[in-house]
Amino acid sequence: MRTPSGHEVYGMAAEYPSAAALFEAAKRVRDAGFKRWDVHSPYPIHGMDEAMGLKKSWLSAVVLAGGISGLLTAAIMEFGPSSFLYPLTVHGKPTNFFTVPAFFPIMFELTILFSAFAAFFAMLIMNGLPRLHHPIFNWGRFSRVTNDAFFLVIEARDPRFTEIEARNLLEKSGGQHITIIHED
Amino acid sequence: MDATPTALEMIKGEAATTVERPLARVPLVLNKRNFSWLTERISGVVENPAPRWWWVTFTITATVATFGLFCLGYQISTGIGTWGLNHPVGWAWDITNFVFWIGIGHAGTLISAILYLLHQKWRTSINRSAEAMTLFAVICAAIFPGVHVGRVWMAWYLAPLPDNYGIWPNFRSPLVWDVFAVSTYFTVSVLFWYTGLIPDLATLRDRATSKIKKLLFGIFACGWRGSNRNWRHYEMAYLLLAGLSTPLVLSVHSVVSFDFATSILPTWHSTIFPPYFVAGAIFGGFAMVLTLMLPARAMFKLHDIITPQHIDKMAKIILLTGSFVAYAYAMEFFTAWYSGNSYERFAFWNRVFGPYWWYWWVGMLFCNCLSPQLFWFRWCRRNVYVVYFVCMCVNAGMWFERFIIIVGGLHRDFIPSSWRMFYPTWVDIWTFVGTLGIFTSLFLLFIRFLPMIAMSEVKITLPEADAHYAPPSGHHPVAAGGKERP
Repeated sequence: MRTPSGHEVYGMAAEYPSAAALFEAAKRVRDAGFKRWDVHSPYPIHGMDEAMGLKKSWLSAVVLAGGISGLLTAAIMEFGPSSFLYPLTVHGKPTNFFTVPAFFPIMFELTILFSAFAAFFAMLIMNGLPRLHHPIFNWGRFSRVTNDAFFLVIEARDPRFTEIEARNLLEKSGGQHITIIHED
Repeated sequence: MDATPTALEMIKGEAATTVERPLARVPLVLNKRNFSWLTERISGVVENPAPRWWWVTFTITATVATFGLFCLGYQISTGIGTWGLNHPVGWAWDITNFVFWIGIGHAGTLISAILYLLHQKWRTSINRSAEAMTLFAVICAAIFPGVHVGRVWMAWYLAPLPDNYGIWPNFRSPLVWDVFAVSTYFTVSVLFWYTGLIPDLATLRDRATSKIKKLLFGIFACGWRGSNRNWRHYEMAYLLLAGLSTPLVLSVHSVVSFDFATSILPTWHSTIFPPYFVAGAIFGGFAMVLTLMLPARAMFKLHDIITPQHIDKMAKIILLTGSFVAYAYAMEFFTAWYSGNSYERFAFWNRVFGPYWWYWWVGMLFCNCLSPQLFWFRWCRRNVYVVYFVCMCVNAGMWFERFIIIVGGLHRDFIPSSWRMFYPTWVDIWTFVGTLGIFTSLFLLFIRFLPMIAMSEVKITLPEADAHYAPPSGHHPVAAGGKERP
């Protein structure tokens, strides 16, 4: 979709005066059946996931995988050298598998370490970050999103998107400064 | 002292205008500040020119830090003999400083992780700077085990690297556990801190006036745009990092205590050590948080964000953990007596009446056990000068405690013929003072270059942040672009 001036359209955006207004608008957009849309706020708004019809993040599954790989890494790293490559007898203690309690601290630490890396990088990757630019930044008002403003954006890629329907929906839900966002 | 009304006056003021609510919660941000006020005030610390006091303080601390680095260079190039170590005192100020600094870090993680899991919303005003303090404390801590090995260039032996010699670390040694615990702690703390910073870096990016600032904040903000689809994963990651950091922080000082507890030395060989060390770490760490926070609050006029309520709650945690510590001290004496072991009994008698007697009476008894008891009184918790006095006592007391545990345990060996005192050299003293300089310099740089209060998190605690907030009749929350309320 293009504007008369020839710009590719990213979507249509509106500003809302408060978190409560944005919350109500999000429920309307969800009920209208839109799929490719998003709300932007300076802080996470409690309950917004349900209002948008989003399910629980499955980032926790990635973190579990990270934790298991950390535990296995530690187990291999400790048992390999201590029991096979370089069995070191200290204080006359055995070097077999029964000495596993002495290996727990490092197993624990690496489980935490790998899980934390998984949580951090999965968060970035699942959010499509880092990215250098985004069409929404073309809108001058949007710079207040990290301060005190609340926005709702419906993307043009949404199969239900038409300029008239999107504008009507945003207007009816109390949106202000409704505008078309250009792709470039 | 405080130009702003106290919390009690706030309740009274609210009750006068709205319905009488006897158990109304005191707001976490005072004077009905709105989102944009928070952004302005907190970003302003970074954006406005550095005040004169900042330059004066930074010059002093950076000079001290430089001298500390010189001492480290001198010690590395000359050898470990530049310290006052001897037989039998093979560990002294080096490990004392290590335990002291690593303990201080624990309060930051407690505030950011454990209080998050417990839904303590007041943590949002202090968590960012407390986490920064954690990182700087761990940096200072890591210096000492790094250099006390003597030949620093052999430090890579600590890592399990496959090499030509086929030599591997002894994974059953608490010293190797310590390497993993401290490095994991530092890495996870950095990840947690940076995750929390991303939305606030985006705020600074959107407010940046110069191109270079916009570029740098833009890169570090990772293109954050406050999207709820992003917040969904972000909040899950933050929750999980908090959940991971909670057992981690308990493990770190436990592992540090294993360095002592797995030995057979009287006063070290003790099963009480892990919980005792963790409680002491949180105790000393909270004192350091307040030591840094109270001046910063006064200098940058953050009284509406870091309110008397916040200080009150931190003082209560100091009282609680200080009482844990006092109980642990008492239990150590009881265990020594009950064990019937003459070496153990002597070691504790020596702690109180031996040559280091005044370290115990002043450091452990007065500073750590008695001074926090002032916080039973509300008046003491609400008076910043009393709070600061107690925090200074605790800072000093926790250093003395570690010195007593380490040198007190070593200087009276099993055979009286090998008894010897420890005397620090100028290198010992200035290396420690130097780390104080490194720590404060890093903290001063932090408050100049990064938002010292988590803006996106404090905003959640405002009433109008709620999706179901209806403004009470008479005033409306200021909308985007609106002016500050009086």
